[in-house]
Amino acid sequence: MRLEIKDLHVHYGKIEAIKGISIVVNEGEIVTLIGANGAGKTTMLKTISGLRPATSGQIIFNGEDITGVPAHKRVDLGLSQAPEGRGIFPGMTVLENLEMGKFHRHDRKKEMAEDLDKVYTLFPRLKERISQAGGTLSGGEQQMLAIGRALMARPKVLLLDEPSMGLAPQMIANIFRIITEINKTGVTILLVEQNAQQALQRAHRAYILETGNVVKEAKASDLLNDPAVREAYLGTGAH
Amino acid sequence: MFTVFIDQFWQLTISGIALGFIYVLIALGYTMVYGVLRMINFANSEIFMWGTFGAIVASRDLFGYNQTSEPAHGAKLALVLFIQLFASMAFAGLTAVTVEFVAYRRLRAKGTNRLATLISAIGMSMVLSEVMRLLTASRPVGSPRILEKVILVEVWGAQIRLDTLITIMAAGAIFIILERFVKLSRMGKAIRAVSMNEDAAKLMGINLNRVITTTFLVGGLATGAAGFFYITVYEYTKFNIGFTMGLAAFTAAVIGGIGNIRGAFFGGVSLGLAEVYASAILGTQWKSVTIFIVLVLVLLFKPSGLFGEAVTQTRA
Repeated sequence: MRLEIKDLHVHYGKIEAIKGISIVVNEGEIVTLIGANGAGKTTMLKTISGLRPATSGQIIFNGEDITGVPAHKRVDLGLSQAPEGRGIFPGMTVLENLEMGKFHRHDRKKEMAEDLDKVYTLFPRLKERISQAGGTLSGGEQQMLAIGRALMARPKVLLLDEPSMGLAPQMIANIFRIITEINKTGVTILLVEQNAQQALQRAHRAYILETGNVVKEAKASDLLNDPAVREAYLGTGAH
Repeated sequence: MFTVFIDQFWQLTISGIALGFIYVLIALGYTMVYGVLRMINFANSEIFMWGTFGAIVASRDLFGYNQTSEPAHGAKLALVLFIQLFASMAFAGLTAVTVEFVAYRRLRAKGTNRLATLISAIGMSMVLSEVMRLLTASRPVGSPRILEKVILVEVWGAQIRLDTLITIMAAGAIFIILERFVKLSRMGKAIRAVSMNEDAAKLMGINLNRVITTTFLVGGLATGAAGFFYITVYEYTKFNIGFTMGLAAFTAAVIGGIGNIRGAFFGGVSLGLAEVYASAILGTQWKSVTIFIVLVLVLLFKPSGLFGEAVTQTRA
């Protein structure tokens, strides 16, 4: 179950946001894309899940070119995303939000209970909030809900867009711990992050993006110890 | 000035509720489309007008009724009314889906802004009414009387007529069915998901175009049902009746908080009552003025609607 992006170009109007990026995510890996605001991280994920059209290039998933497949069909193939800004349905309850995650697999009633259980085991807090409206949850709880909802689809590859955004340090640590846990159950993860420190500690491999280009690719542990990377992305006084 | 209002309070209230229920169903057409596309479908008033013609085509051309025919009774009556309702809903539903397909879908695919879609909506509205003007030679069209307007009971001096009762009960039932559909059905949940967050909905595997078509269809069916009730009560239609009814229903949707289905109910009933009461107190010539004053006041002081929440909050 390999995800491969080949020479991807994406435009917003006349502005080129992704200028020929190629990346590979192998089965079982956590791969992270790090970079500053505007580097094209979110655009990458949106294009992989089909929310943005690619101008050129290829998205190959499990050996199949899915570049032209519409967004709502990609989830069937095993790609699931917890989007930027969490994308919770504010007027639906926590349970309804989770059920929406299985919308495309509606005929499988038995799966529902099983998978809800798995999500509640990962995020006990969600079980406490089961009948609360999604819009009334705290930022951290919404992030849990977004990840839980994405897991309901039984993804082979999980795309996570800035799961640490706007969260308190303790919650960030908690979310990242769970990301590793999810990965250990066999889900491949592509993680986009500004919090490079946490992302590099958790990921196997990393790509550094700058204004629509990949400027560096390496094992995450190597990047953590690379002085230039520490200077640029981890802050000089990083832990 | 107030004597008519006080003497006939209950009578007015019943007429107001019946009129209000017709507004509710048309308001659903506006509010459902707005919820999903954040766009006012100005052609909805003409979709209503086409719905009224559906009822007349059914009684006149299908069952051969004309202005001199005797009203129907018993099982025949039920059958004719049911087919009329069906025809109105079918006319309006098909018109709504066609309008979406012809006038909005391509613009959306090109990623044009909402203003372009809005202008396209106004254009479609004109096309629909002008086509009907040509088909009817600009003349009003009377509906054969199918339903004898017998008085069933008198309560507190208010006479409850059969057509009023049927309108209130059937329109109420249709509203409840639609509200439950959006709340509980699989497609209804998809509609709600899209209205709350379009991108997230796609990520759930929801086919956006199918949701939009369904929304126009369901909104059109409700609007068409309103056309049938209008014909049953007023027994007349014309190519331009959509304008006033449409604006009133749009006002009702805004009062209730546009995009909010239950809001459309409260908005429709309160506007129906306000209109009938104002006519009794100030004279019927003030009817349309009342509607516009209410619209302006709501937009000035409570643009999110009296019963509405913020657009991102609960709906349906």
